[in-house]
Amino acid sequence: MSDTHAQTVAFVRDTMLPAAAPPIRESGAVRWLRENLFSGPVNSILTVLGLLILWFLVATFWDWFAHSVWNASSLTECREIISATWGPDARGACFAVIRERWNQYLFGFYPQHLYWRPTMTFGLLMVALAPVLFSASLTIRRVVLAITTLVTLWAMVVLGAPAGWLVFAAIVLATGLILSERNIAWMLPFSIVYPLLGVWFLWGGTLWGPIFVLVGPALGWVAWRLLSRLSPLLATVAAIVVTLIFWLVLAGDAARDAEGLLSLSIESVRSDRFGGFLLSLTIGVAGIALSLPLGIVLALARQSDMFLIKSLSVVFIEFIRGVPLITLLFVASLLLNYFLPPGTTFDIILRVIIMVTLFAAAYMAEVIRGGLAALPKGQYEAADALGLDYWKAQRLIVLPQALKISIPGIVSTFIGMFKDTTLVTFVGLYDPLKSMSDAVRANVEWKGIYWEPFIFVGGIFFLICFGMSRYSMYLERRLQRDHR
Amino acid sequence: MKKSVFLGTVTAATLLAGMGMAQEGSTLAQVKERDELNCGVNTGLVGFAAPDASGNWTGFDIAYCRALAAAVLGDPNKIKFVPTTGQTRFTALSSGEVDVLARNSTWTYSRDTDLKLDFVGVNYYDGQGFMVNRDLGVTSAKELDGATICIQTGTTTELNLADYFRANNMAYTPVNIDSNAEGEQQYMAGACDAYTTDASGLAATRAAFADPENHIILPEIISKEPLGPAVRHGDSNWGDIARWTLNALVAAEEYGVTSRNIEELVRSSENPEVQRLLGTTDELGAMIGLDAEWARRAILANGNYGEIFAANIGEQTPIGLARGLNAQWTQGGLLYAPPFR
Amino acid sequence: MTDIRATATPPFRLSMLVNDRRYRSLTFQVIVFILVMAAAWWLIDNTIRNLALMGKSFDFGFLFQRAGYDISQTPIPYTADDTHLRASVVGLLNTLIVAVLGCIAATVLGVIVGVARLSRNWLFARLMTVFVEIFRNMPLLLWILIVYAVFTEILPPPNAFRGDEASAGMILFDNVALTNRYTALPTLAMTNDPGSLDLGARITFNWATIAFVVVLVGGWIVRRMIRAWAQDVQDRTGDRPVTWWKTLAVMTLPSLFLIWFFGLHLEAPSLQGFNFTGGLNVSNSLVALWLALTLYTAAFIAEIVRAGILAVSRGQSEAAFALGLRPNRTMSLVILPQALRVIIPPLISQYLNLTKNSSLAIAVGYMDLRGTLGGTTLNQTGRELEAIVLMMLTYLVLSLIISAGMNVFNARVKLKER
Repeated sequence: MSDTHAQTVAFVRDTMLPAAAPPIRESGAVRWLRENLFSGPVNSILTVLGLLILWFLVATFWDWFAHSVWNASSLTECREIISATWGPDARGACFAVIRERWNQYLFGFYPQHLYWRPTMTFGLLMVALAPVLFSASLTIRRVVLAITTLVTLWAMVVLGAPAGWLVFAAIVLATGLILSERNIAWMLPFSIVYPLLGVWFLWGGTLWGPIFVLVGPALGWVAWRLLSRLSPLLATVAAIVVTLIFWLVLAGDAARDAEGLLSLSIESVRSDRFGGFLLSLTIGVAGIALSLPLGIVLALARQSDMFLIKSLSVVFIEFIRGVPLITLLFVASLLLNYFLPPGTTFDIILRVIIMVTLFAAAYMAEVIRGGLAALPKGQYEAADALGLDYWKAQRLIVLPQALKISIPGIVSTFIGMFKDTTLVTFVGLYDPLKSMSDAVRANVEWKGIYWEPFIFVGGIFFLICFGMSRYSMYLERRLQRDHR
Repeated sequence: MKKSVFLGTVTAATLLAGMGMAQEGSTLAQVKERDELNCGVNTGLVGFAAPDASGNWTGFDIAYCRALAAAVLGDPNKIKFVPTTGQTRFTALSSGEVDVLARNSTWTYSRDTDLKLDFVGVNYYDGQGFMVNRDLGVTSAKELDGATICIQTGTTTELNLADYFRANNMAYTPVNIDSNAEGEQQYMAGACDAYTTDASGLAATRAAFADPENHIILPEIISKEPLGPAVRHGDSNWGDIARWTLNALVAAEEYGVTSRNIEELVRSSENPEVQRLLGTTDELGAMIGLDAEWARRAILANGNYGEIFAANIGEQTPIGLARGLNAQWTQGGLLYAPPFR
Repeated sequence: MTDIRATATPPFRLSMLVNDRRYRSLTFQVIVFILVMAAAWWLIDNTIRNLALMGKSFDFGFLFQRAGYDISQTPIPYTADDTHLRASVVGLLNTLIVAVLGCIAATVLGVIVGVARLSRNWLFARLMTVFVEIFRNMPLLLWILIVYAVFTEILPPPNAFRGDEASAGMILFDNVALTNRYTALPTLAMTNDPGSLDLGARITFNWATIAFVVVLVGGWIVRRMIRAWAQDVQDRTGDRPVTWWKTLAVMTLPSLFLIWFFGLHLEAPSLQGFNFTGGLNVSNSLVALWLALTLYTAAFIAEIVRAGILAVSRGQSEAAFALGLRPNRTMSLVILPQALRVIIPPLISQYLNLTKNSSLAIAVGYMDLRGTLGGTTLNQTGRELEAIVLMMLTYLVLSLIISAGMNVFNARVKLKER
C-alpha cells in the first residue's frame, strides 16, 4: 500500500522524526507522583492520610530517639543527663540499660566466660541446616555461610573463646563453606550429629553421653543387618529393641565408665542458667527439630486407610490445636509430674520443649497434610504401579515432593513457635521479653524502664522472624517456578 | 526416613540426659544422694529473692536456703534455685521438683492441711497494707470506698482485700496484676489509687521510688501474713531439719552467736545452750540425721537471723525495713526459738 | 504355586498376619491399639498413685465452694460469696467477649489493610506492608504489653478530670472519658423501664432488650419477604419495584418507636470520689488485650485477604468488564465470591488462634477463663489437675464449636463443583 502512495502523494516523510521529549507531566518524578500517589481523589486522600500518619509517628517518637542516652549506670542518671543536655522537659530514651544488660537479654544467666559456647552452637547450626534449607542455590549458600563464618568467629574471639575451640569452629565452618561449593549433601552427616553436639555444647558435661546415645542406633542397625535376611519385620523389631535396651540399661553406665577412663568433658551448665534469647532459641530449635518428624508421622497417619490409626491421629491433632499453648505449658509445669511414676522429676526446660514439640507437631502435621493433598494423585498411582511398598513409596516419591511444597508452611510454623517461646514466662522461665525485663527492673537502678527493653527485644524478634519469612517467600517463589 | 530416625534418636538422647532417676527414700537421703538442695524461690522480689546481673541469687529467702544447704550438705553453694510463680510454687513442692519452698508464702490453715504442705516456721511476720499517693488526701484505708486497687493475682492478699472491703461495707475495683514490677508501673502511672500487698513488699517498692516522700503507707494492716518456708507433708524428719535450721538462725541471734564470733564461741562459750547449739556438747545433730556441726555451718553460711535481716532487708539496705514484729521476743518482737535441748 | 485354587483362596496361616497386606494393617492397628491402651493405662495408673501419695482426690466438689475473690469485669452478677463455678463462668464469658470483639475488629481491619496493600497508591500500600510485617513478626505478648503500657502511661488518670482547671477533658460531647484505668462510656437508661426477665441463677434480661431483639429479627425477616416479593414481580414483569424505602421503614421504624416508648437515652458518666460512676467503665485490660489481639490478627488476616484476591485470576475481572459490569458489581459478584473460597478456611484458623491467644490475658490481668478457673481458683484451692483439665476441655469445646460453625458457613460459600 505504502509504495503505491509513495508515487502518487507529493510528499511522504521517509525519515523518522526524533522522539520529542514527553510533556513534563508525563515524565520523571512528576509522572511517578501522579500515577502512584495522586491518580484520583481517593488516591490523593489516601496519600495525604499516609503522610499524616508518617508525620505523626515521626513527631511523636523523633525527640525520644534523638535524646537517647547510651552511657549511664541507672535510670536516674539517664534522666539527669537528658535534662542537663536537652532541657528539663525533654523526654529521651535510656538505651543505657541495653548497654549494661545486653548479655542478660541474650544469654540469660549463662556463665559469662562461656558465652562463646552458645554463640558457636548457633553458628554451627547454620552449617547443619545448610543441606536442608539452603540447598536451593549456590549463591545463597555461599552468602549465608560466609556471613555465618565471619560473624561466628568474630563473636567467639570477642567473647574470649579458647584457641582450641576457635580452631574447631573455624574448621567446621570452613569445611561447610568448601563442601557447599561442591555438593552440599556431603554435609548431611554433620547435620545428623549436630543435635547431639549442640546439646553437648550448650549444657556441657561429658561427650561420652552423646557418643553412647549414637552407639544405640548403630547397634540396632547391626542387629537389623544380621536379621534382615531372616525376616524384615523381625529385624526391625530387633533393631528397635536393641536400641532401646542399650539406651535404657547400658548407655548411662557405659558413659560413666568411659568418662572414668578418658575424660572428655567440658564445664557443665545447668538449665536454670538458661534465659533470654538463648532460652528462646534453644526451645525453638529443639522444638522444630523434634516436631518435624512427629508432624510427618501424624500427617501420614491422618492420611492412612487404617481407621484406628487415622482416628488416633485426628483426635491428637484436633485436641492439641483446640487448646491454647499456655494451658499446655501449665500441664508441663503443673501436671506432668502427676502422669509420671511417683517421684520422677525432670528438667523444666525439657518438659517445656516436649510440650512445645507436641504443639508444633500438630500444626506441622496439618501443613504437611496440605502438602500431601496437593500432590497429584498420579504420583501415588505411579508409585503403586512401580510396585513400591508403602514406606518406599512415601520415602522415594511422596514425601520429598510433599515436604518441598510444605516448606513455606513449615517455616511459618517455626516463626509462630519461636514467637510463642515468650510464653514460657508464665511457668517461671526467664524469657527475654517479660521475665528478663522484670528481673532487670527488680534492680533499684532500672526500676521504671519499659520501652527500651521492649524495643530491643522486639527488634531482635523482628529481625529473626522477618528474615525467616522473607526466606520462605523466596523459596515459595522458586518452588512455584519449578512446578510450572 | 533417615532424618526422622536420627531426630528420634535425639529425642531419646535428650530424654536420657534430662530424666532424673526415679527418686526413692527420704528427702534427706535424696538431697544427699543428689548432693544438691533444690530450693523454690520467687522469680524476682528485691530483698527476698532476686537474681543479679550475673545470675547469682540474693535475698532474705535465699539466705535461708543457703543455711539449709550448708546444714545438710556442708556447702551453702550446693543449691539449685528453682524460680516459681505464684501459680506454680505449691505444685513444684508437692511434685518433688523442689525440696523446700522459701518463697514468701503465707502460712494458712488450708495450705497447711488441704494443700498437704508443712510450714516449718515463720521467717517473716508480715501483714497486708495499702500504699497511696500523698496527693490523694487519704489517711486511712477506711476512706478507700470506691477506689481502684492494684492487687497481685493468685495470692492470699486477693482474698483478704475482698474480706476487708466487705466487712467495712465498701466497694472497690480490683486491677489484677501479674508481677510486682507490673504493679509498680500501674501504681506509678496512677492506674490505681492504691497498691496493696504485704507491708514489707510495699516498703521495698516505696524505697525504690524516685520520690518516696510522696507516697504513704496507710496505718491499717488488714491481715496477718506469717511468711515461712514450707516442705512436703509426710516426711517429718526433713520437716524437722528445715524447722530447726530456721530455729538455729533465730536462736543464734538470741544468744549472740554471729558468723564472726562463732569460731571463738565454739572454743570458749560457757553457755550450755550455745554449746548444744554449736554441737560442742551433746549430739543434737544425730537426732535429725545430721552431724554435730550442722547448726554451726548454717549460721556460718550467712550469719544469724539478725545478720541476714540486716544484710538483705534491714534499715541499712534500700528496702529499709525495721525489725518490728520480727525482733527477738526479748526485744518486744515475736521471734521465739524453742530451746535446743 | 502350581495349585491355582490355593492362590485364589489361600488357607489362613499365622504368618499372613505379618506378610499379607490384607491382614497386616489389621495386625498393625491391633498392636498400636494395645500400645496406646497400655500408655493410657500407665498414665492413669501413675496419676492415681500420685494422687494417693499426695493425699488428694480427683473430684470437682471445689467448684461449689465459696470463691472469695472479686473479679473486675462481671458480665453476669458476681460477688466474692459466689461459687468457684460461677467465677469460672464469668471468666468464660470474659473470654468470649474479648474473642468476639477481637474477631470482628480484626476482620474489619484485616480486610481494609489487605485491600489497601493492593492499592495503586504507592505510599499507602507501603505503609500497610510495614504495618503487616511489624505486627506479624513480633510476639503477640510484646504487643499486649506495649499497648497496655501505652494506655497506662499516656492516658490521664481519672484525677486529671477533676476540678475547674482539669488537665484532661472528656470527649464526644462530654460523654466519654479516656483514662488510664478504663474508658468511661455512657450507659443506656430508660425512663419507662419494663422490668426484667429472670432466668434464674441471677441472670436477667431486660424486657426492653428482648423487645429490641424481637423487632430487629422480625424486621429482617420482613425485609427478606419484601425482597422475595420484588424478585417475584421482576421475574414476572421484568420491572423491579422500588423497595428501598419499604425495607428502610421496616428496619428502622419499629426500633424508633421502641426508643420513644421506653424513653431510651444516654447517661453520661461523671467523676465521683476516686472514679467515674454512672456509666459503663470498660477496663483498659480489656481494651488493651482487644486492641493487641486485633492488630496482631489483622496483620495475618490482611495477608490472607490479599492472597485470596490475588488468587482470582485477572481473566475473571476482565470477563466481567467485557460483560459490562461496573467495577463495584464486578467486585461483589465476581471477585469476592471466588476470593472468599480461598479466604474462609485460613480465616477460620485465625479466629481459632485469636480465641486461644486471648488466654494471654494473664499478662494484663484481664480475668478470663485462664485468670479465674486456671488462675485464682486453681491457686486458692490447689486443685491443679481438675482445674486444668476442665479449662482445657472448655477451650477445646469452644474451638470445636467455632470450627464447626465456620465449616458450615464454608460449605455454603464453597464453589459448587459439578
